[in-house]
Amino acid sequence: MTTAPSFATVSQLAPGEPQLVVEKITLSFGGVTALAGVSLDVRQGEIRAVIGPNGAGKTSLLNSISGLYRPQQGRILFHNDQEYNLLERRPDQIARLGVARSFQNIELFRHMTVLDNLMLGRHIHMKSNVLDCGLYWGRAQKEEVRHRQVVEEIIDFLEIEAIRKKPVGTLSYGLQKRVELGRALALEPAILLLDEPMAGMNVEEKEDMARFILDINEERGVTIVLIEHDMGVVMDISDRIAVLDFGRKIGDGTPDEVRANPEVIKAYLGEDHG
Amino acid sequence: MESGIYHTTYEADMALRRTPIQKVRLAAVIAFLLIFPFFANSYYLTLANQIGIAVVGALGLNILVGYTGQISLGQGGFLAVGAYTAGLLATRLGVPFWLTIPIACVVTAAVGGVFGVPSLRLKGLYLAIATLAAQEIIQWLIVHWDAVTGGVEALVVPHATLFGFNLNAGNSDFHWYWIILAAAAFTTIFTVNLFRSRVGRAFVAIRDQDIAAEVMGVNLFTYKVLAFAVSSFFVGLAGALTAHYRLIVTWERFTIETSITYLAMIIIGGLGSVSGSIYGAIFITLLPALLNSLGRSLSGVVPGIAGLIPMIQQGVFGLVIILFLVLEPEGLAKLWRDVKDYFRLWPFSY
Ligand SMILES: Nc1ncnc2c1ncn2[C@@H]1O[C@H](COP(=O)(O)OP(=O)(O)OP(=O)(O)O)[C@@H](O)[C@H]1O
Ligand SMILES: [Mg+2]
Repeated sequence: MTTAPSFATVSQLAPGEPQLVVEKITLSFGGVTALAGVSLDVRQGEIRAVIGPNGAGKTSLLNSISGLYRPQQGRILFHNDQEYNLLERRPDQIARLGVARSFQNIELFRHMTVLDNLMLGRHIHMKSNVLDCGLYWGRAQKEEVRHRQVVEEIIDFLEIEAIRKKPVGTLSYGLQKRVELGRALALEPAILLLDEPMAGMNVEEKEDMARFILDINEERGVTIVLIEHDMGVVMDISDRIAVLDFGRKIGDGTPDEVRANPEVIKAYLGEDHG
Repeated sequence: MESGIYHTTYEADMALRRTPIQKVRLAAVIAFLLIFPFFANSYYLTLANQIGIAVVGALGLNILVGYTGQISLGQGGFLAVGAYTAGLLATRLGVPFWLTIPIACVVTAAVGGVFGVPSLRLKGLYLAIATLAAQEIIQWLIVHWDAVTGGVEALVVPHATLFGFNLNAGNSDFHWYWIILAAAAFTTIFTVNLFRSRVGRAFVAIRDQDIAAEVMGVNLFTYKVLAFAVSSFFVGLAGALTAHYRLIVTWERFTIETSITYLAMIIIGGLGSVSGSIYGAIFITLLPALLNSLGRSLSGVVPGIAGLIPMIQQGVFGLVIILFLVLEPEGLAKLWRDVKDYFRLWPFSY
């Protein structure tokens, strides 16, 4: 019997220590400035929401953290066993540091099954090379079985047992969102970046998703960065909220502080009501 | 999915052939392949050998195009690298045949890997053009580097011997049948295994969503180049087998037309499918043979048809590819799955 490693976090930090520090990043596309000198810190173990109107730069911020966009100015530091400058790293290297994410417009591997999507999440934890895989002797097979056990734990946790052999392209929107969360979890992240995980869901699906996010955060100690438009959910589950508008940060604090911030109210309700 | 069947361990659940029906079917195919050469005449043996080599080449191409989503028009060039490497090693340096084959595979893998480097930046049509350049560069080198390759002159390869046994003497098609069958079986098993484990999964992930694959920790550069190399390894194997089996290597067999023929195999058979590669290789290899014998039997009724056969062949070829692209993009493999599904539920088709 091999004991199954559980998908616990790999972070070496104590709760509350700064884990991700975004320092004055500026990102522009030609004439469009998506982020203008945005600074933000994320502490180990918290649920950190990022909100803002459409086009505020929320997705651009996540893309900069995961290495898909390259801000022209600023720094993004990630702390674990040591300090890493994320701007010097490729997306796959950033993933290896324990940074996982989901996408606003689901980016699953459509033709692969739920199982295979989650197994791909184990990629960085596996070692088999092309020869091991092609010959499927000893090492590769043992490794597949061992990581299948981890993936099955996640499948149980997300309650998607019934669909594990289905190609994800055939699943409903809500289930695809859940599978995408599973794939990110399979990476055993220290920090999880979620880009509108509840968008387009019905109330029941949203409740499930909120419960999963809370469980991942509380029971596994995974730090969460959450972009979400549903204010009810955001105010409910996040520890701190940053507010972006036109690429600038216009507010930051606890839900109560943000709710009372006049600039935030103005950005959300429009000039007329300000 | 076969319903009503449960597996108690992950090992059993992850096994390849899981149901009794699948096992019986596989056993029947193996039995046929083992008995066939003892009853087939040399015409059918030649066809079988051509199919076997095409299976190896088509699987190689499908690893790259169907599974990893990197379009390649360089197949002909990579086949040439395999064939010329094996042929030249045997002719010029007297390397024994069994050693030329693995060397040819590794050399072709390296060449394929190098021509795979642009795939990091180029996609779709642009990558197609880059691989077309690979095809043309390789062809140009073969024709113009005649001090080494013999240029446009055919390279005549010495007979292959294995443990002192001359494979190309006597019933040579029968001897080669076993070598080619072994190569095709190895390639098939390797490919099946590759795509049920880590590296193959990364290839498919790159095809489906390369950005997500990268964000999940797959190094796109390494894995794209690796896909080119693994694919070319098997394409090189097909090329090397051609050289030793036919005993003659000429550049004309490895033009862009060959690349397109192989693309037709995997499109008709099924992109990203092992069985599809095999069906496609069978279909495309048999098509000219079928059309030929059809033409011969019609030549009494329709005089002059024999001269038109090559043209009809091209036409049918094009038509079949278009029909598959339009009607059944997932190829013969999907068609066969549909038939099986139909009968699994039969007579209750709900
Ligand atoms: N790849 C890109 N190329 C050009 N402009 C971009 C790109 N990505 C984002 N932008 C621009 O940057 C700005 C911020 O976009 P971003 O997607 O980050 O907003 P968002 O806050 O995520 O919005 P939403 O709530 O609609 O998802 C927009 O003006 C957008 O058009
Ligand atoms: Mg967005």
